[in-house]
Amino acid sequence: MTIGITTTDKQPPPKPDIINMHTLSMYVSNKPGVLMRICQVFARRGYNIDSLVVSNGRDAQFSRMTIGISGAPDGLDQIIKQVNKLIDVIHCYEHAGQDAVVREMVMIKIVCGPEQRPEVLQVVDHFGGKTVDLTNSSLIAMVHGASDKVDAAVRMLGKFEIIETVRTGKVVMARGEQPT
Amino acid sequence: MNHDTIDGAQALIKTLDQLGIEYIFGYSGGAAIPIFDALETVETRMKFILVRHEQGAVHMADGYARATGKPAAVLVTSGPGAGNTITGIMTAHMDSVPMIVICGQQVTWMLGKDAFQEADIFGITMPVVKHNYLVKNTNDLPRIAREAYHIATTGRPGPVLIDVPKDISQSPFTGDFDAEIDLPGYHPELDHDIDADAIDAAVELIKGSRRPLILAGHGAMIARADRELMELAQTLGCPVTSTLLGKGVFPETHPLALGMLGMHGTAYANKAIVECDLILNVGSRFDDRIIGKAHLFGRNARIVHIDIDPAEMGKMIVPHVQVIGDAKAALQALNRKIAPLDSAEWLEHLDGYKKKYPLGYRKQGGLRMQHVLDELYKFTGGKAIVTTDVGQHQMWAAQFYLNDESYKWITSGGAGTMGFGFPAAIGAQLACPDEDVVAVVGDGGFQMTLFELATAVIHKLPIKILVLNNHYLGMVRQWQELFFDDRESGVDLLGNPDFV
Repeated sequence: MTIGITTTDKQPPPKPDIINMHTLSMYVSNKPGVLMRICQVFARRGYNIDSLVVSNGRDAQFSRMTIGISGAPDGLDQIIKQVNKLIDVIHCYEHAGQDAVVREMVMIKIVCGPEQRPEVLQVVDHFGGKTVDLTNSSLIAMVHGASDKVDAAVRMLGKFEIIETVRTGKVVMARGEQPT
Repeated sequence: MNHDTIDGAQALIKTLDQLGIEYIFGYSGGAAIPIFDALETVETRMKFILVRHEQGAVHMADGYARATGKPAAVLVTSGPGAGNTITGIMTAHMDSVPMIVICGQQVTWMLGKDAFQEADIFGITMPVVKHNYLVKNTNDLPRIAREAYHIATTGRPGPVLIDVPKDISQSPFTGDFDAEIDLPGYHPELDHDIDADAIDAAVELIKGSRRPLILAGHGAMIARADRELMELAQTLGCPVTSTLLGKGVFPETHPLALGMLGMHGTAYANKAIVECDLILNVGSRFDDRIIGKAHLFGRNARIVHIDIDPAEMGKMIVPHVQVIGDAKAALQALNRKIAPLDSAEWLEHLDGYKKKYPLGYRKQGGLRMQHVLDELYKFTGGKAIVTTDVGQHQMWAAQFYLNDESYKWITSGGAGTMGFGFPAAIGAQLACPDEDVVAVVGDGGFQMTLFELATAVIHKLPIKILVLNNHYLGMVRQWQELFFDDRESGVDLLGNPDFV
């Protein structure tokens, strides 16, 4: 007796060489250790956390987290499922592209005497930023907006002597009636 | 007992008793004394078993759960006591075994100050538990114990750990003893809502199959879907292979049974996996030891994956149809819609493989482990509860000791924990005092936990211990023979004690 079998040796899937950036939004119980549980899910699978924003939800029993991660895209689904599986996680979504509003804020402390000040302020003003601290020798500029705008502001101000920069990391909110 | 006169430890023990916990396996120590004291002061039906090492306690609770489906509790002290439980907890977690592990802990105000016998067991165990707690308020204890039980036993079961600082267990309990569980992120009640579209898609996939195969895993056993699985196999005329942990959920002596698949499985089960055109996976997580190279697994088949854990979908193998939920509920839904398949030719083909490539061993020369296990099977009529350790003896036992019933085959699968078999047998024997319990162990693994002999003797447990002693770590040696040019490194156990 013969059984008609056609064995097609599938090629192993190509190794992803793209490291993608993803933004995940989570709604979690506001308890000690929750962040650690979530971080373990990422670290075990070799994902790096690039940005992390955590704050109380409107109901203080819960927290909101926005986590920016980078890693191979093919493991992302598994990560989202593993995070959702945690008892303390109410939900975890990935938000991408046009479906969500993503914003961040940067503060940049710049060496800035009276001579450079007009030019610095002009750049800050162009990006809709503000000066939030000013001394004879330095200032702190604050710029917020979409990540590429913040990137551009940092780049433009980079021609001056930057003392330090602090970025909040992304916060995300889903558009329309979709939950975040 | 009047509520306003009890302390946290008493509230905890009382709750465990109310939950129906039958056994507590454990070992005392400073931080756990108040909880141990409560075992004396609270009237309870629970029985405490003093072990000789905390790892033994966890494996006993594990053996108890795998023989009954019910969780037992483990009670240990802080620091080293808690630390010694980790291998056991990891073992239970890998194999979805429910248990509640309670650890004493240093007093709250000393946490993080490197106090005596302080270990961050809450942090240490996070990756190997289904969930864990560090209790901060005495009044939370009954609720947390109930949540722990609920989490451990529902959905995909697993171990839950509760870390109880000594001041928390010693403080008066003044709260609501019947406080409701509060788990807004956990919804096992949805596991029985099976998506009708997924079932229809599975039925569509099944329809045209000529070479179907059921892969029965631990999830089918946990869901107690034995009958539904039999109905599925018989209605379709579909052969069944099972995983190491699924042994018994479909009777292995049934004509449709193909035995275990995978690295140590039968030739005919593995050939069936390659040649089948449909795989119905009921509650297996496609472990790497059964799939081999993922991109070649079931290469001619369409795959239906039934699993209670959504995170298993596509983790190892991307199925064509995924059915998320309890295996029993899913099979009930599926069985209502399926019709017999034209599989006669396929079954005949597989029978040819069974005859051509049977499991076997030589009976000439020295005594072979397979022969011993074959004799054990005949001697017990396959009726005993068998626990095993990890290694060659485990795989030969899996091959030659056929299981026709669920919850009678107790072995460490995912974790592959040597030292598991004997203490697991103690737990199983306590759970099932009227059953024959046989611990099949190798000389390596047995020596890892043989100090529990004292525990077994004290409780007069009639466990049969079958030590398959080849003076070697046989499976490692086998790999060294196969993949390391016969260089035997660190596998020689000469100098073993006389086990008899």
